[in-house]
Amino acid sequence: MKFKVRGIETFASTGGRPFDKNKPLIVFVHGSGLSHMVWVLQTRYFAFRGYSVLAVDLPGHGLSSGKSLKTIEEMGNWIGDVIEAVGCKQASLVGHSQGCLVTMECVAQHPEKIKTLTLMGGASAIPMNPELLSLAEKSNPKAVDLMMDFAHGPAGHFGGHPVPGLYHLNVGSMIVQNKEIKDTLGVDFRACDNYKNGPEIAKKLDLPTISILGAQDKMCRLKDGKKLADMIKGSEVHIIENCGHMMLLEEADQTLEILKKFILKNDPIK
Amino acid sequence: MDPKTYKFDTLSLHAGYQPSKNAGSRQIPIYQTTSYMFDDVDHAAALFNLERGGHIYSRMSNPTVQVLEERVCALEGGTAALATASGMSAIFLTIMTLCNAGDHMVVSSQLYGGTVNLFRLTLPKFGIKTTFVKPRDTEGFKKAIQPNTKGIFGELVGNPGNELMNMPEVSKIAKEAGIPLIIDSTYQTPYLCRPFEHGADLVVHSLTKWMSGNGSSMAGILVEGGTFDWMQNDKFPSMTEPYEGYHGLSFAEEFGPTAFTMMARAEGMRDMGPCLAPQNAWNILHGIETLSLRMEKHCSNALKMVEYLSNHESVAWVSHASAPGHPDKELAEKILPKGTGSMIAFGIKGGKEAGAAFINNVKLASHLANVGDARTLVIHPASATHSQMDEATLKFAGLSHDMIRLSVGLEDFEDIVNDFEDGFRAAKKPRLVANK
Ligand SMILES: Cc1ncc(COP(=O)(O)O)c(C=O)c1O
Repeated sequence: MKFKVRGIETFASTGGRPFDKNKPLIVFVHGSGLSHMVWVLQTRYFAFRGYSVLAVDLPGHGLSSGKSLKTIEEMGNWIGDVIEAVGCKQASLVGHSQGCLVTMECVAQHPEKIKTLTLMGGASAIPMNPELLSLAEKSNPKAVDLMMDFAHGPAGHFGGHPVPGLYHLNVGSMIVQNKEIKDTLGVDFRACDNYKNGPEIAKKLDLPTISILGAQDKMCRLKDGKKLADMIKGSEVHIIENCGHMMLLEEADQTLEILKKFILKNDPIK
Repeated sequence: MDPKTYKFDTLSLHAGYQPSKNAGSRQIPIYQTTSYMFDDVDHAAALFNLERGGHIYSRMSNPTVQVLEERVCALEGGTAALATASGMSAIFLTIMTLCNAGDHMVVSSQLYGGTVNLFRLTLPKFGIKTTFVKPRDTEGFKKAIQPNTKGIFGELVGNPGNELMNMPEVSKIAKEAGIPLIIDSTYQTPYLCRPFEHGADLVVHSLTKWMSGNGSSMAGILVEGGTFDWMQNDKFPSMTEPYEGYHGLSFAEEFGPTAFTMMARAEGMRDMGPCLAPQNAWNILHGIETLSLRMEKHCSNALKMVEYLSNHESVAWVSHASAPGHPDKELAEKILPKGTGSMIAFGIKGGKEAGAAFINNVKLASHLANVGDARTLVIHPASATHSQMDEATLKFAGLSHDMIRLSVGLEDFEDIVNDFEDGFRAAKKPRLVANK
């Protein structure tokens, strides 16, 4: 679905159902350089089970117009505006990787708007490897190859996509490469590297929260994910074995099961 | 800092498969089953509605076939793949996913005979018309594009004349027109060429040939590069507009770089059903394990063969992109640096009769209608594979009566030569030699 946020045409996948603002809303926020397409194995399920779903494309990403936002703070604020733009008062947020920083920022800036928070492959800070950051800012495709290498566990490196016929590493790579790398991945990596509010915000969070972590995550290491969860009051933690950073695809079914339980309990359909 | 993702030879052995998810079985299990248990009704509904990944029914997907799909996809550098019962069904499925009645294709004229028949005779029955262009006529591809053209299709090295299509240039033409370039890469395999690196958007293979190498099983595959933007124009409504079959799903919007394969499976496999048997998928996978080793030997034997034939008194001409004076040699060196494959065409002195005598008197080389076996194969196209064509079509496809098509195998080179000497000896006096 296309709609305007701050006057700029924005795209969000509604999971294959028409958007209905009267149903409970779940907003999915993708990671660096990616788009709504990473969420397809979670969004359609909720959309066909009584929820309204928005897997947004951040400005300048995927099918959204405009320029990439330069800071995590701006992105968090923008998610708040998305919820308003579609005529909703509240939403549950689901973030992946950079999306975890963005959703935490959103809760900090708009606590009244957010019902629950799901953090996948998160950490309280995501400092970037300087070489990787520099490659991304120069639009060097090697940045994407490195990102795909770090982002995937055994499923990504050997194969075994939950959707028959798809090959993890190259799907991720093409989602990123279909945009100018420096304008999306480069800007996002810089925003992650600059962002320092994570720990402070995490300690203040006071809403139902869950962390879903991959045991073999090399982007945001398991120990950093656990540390973040420890900072958040009452946070649930789920660790998926044999899985890297892209749990939402690598182990899509397990991720969906965990998310389902959490959302149905904390943001049920009335 | 370099990515530690697996490289080609490793992928040929490992891509698409994790033993830990298959009872530790080191070799890939053959899932000889038609259907798969659902956990509960919610799980069943989710699978049918593409909300979750997984297998439902082997017409749509099968775990053994899935390994083959991922493996070829990994080797080609693609995002998604769909294996089919044969190379022909992969091509048919691709065109039926791409086109509607009233659409048009621009197609290289030098193709496998079966593919020519598909475009020339069968697709018009579905209202899909084709303009054929000679592979070397790069400008011709541009001129042939019409407002209703939905794609350009070709084999990189045309069969059987060994003329090269200038893939990088033709891909620019396709991009400008906002249509995908589809390459049948059967003769190259990803070992010799990865068409996505040269601008192709979709790749098809007959896996029956070099990919398997063992000549045991039929199979085909469609591979998607994830490079084509289906939403850039309004030419592909079935990809971009809500699809009734799945509650108004837009494949391009939802699946982006894998949209075409998702559509081909969800619609094409569901409705046409040319699914690959798991046993055949396994046989092909077994061949792919040694793809690099075999292709290297195919190519080195082919180079020696070109030299031998070029210097033979009974041979009128030799066509192989490595042959001295071949007009596409430079282009071949650029896009096929590891070798130009093991298909050779040559003219035998004495024309049609000599050709028949040669074929009937070689004993090691197998006379049959296939290419890309580990064994050396020979055929006389004018009287066999292309025999349904009339004189004019034959000429347009770059064929002549004296042409022998040779698929060089992995035998000891000296043994192939000794066999050919017998054939050439017989061909010199075709009337005096008993035909077998
Ligand atoms: C280049 C090419 N494409 C497609 C095909 C058709 O493949 P299959 O025989 O597997 O249907 C062939 C078969 O000879 C071929 O040579």
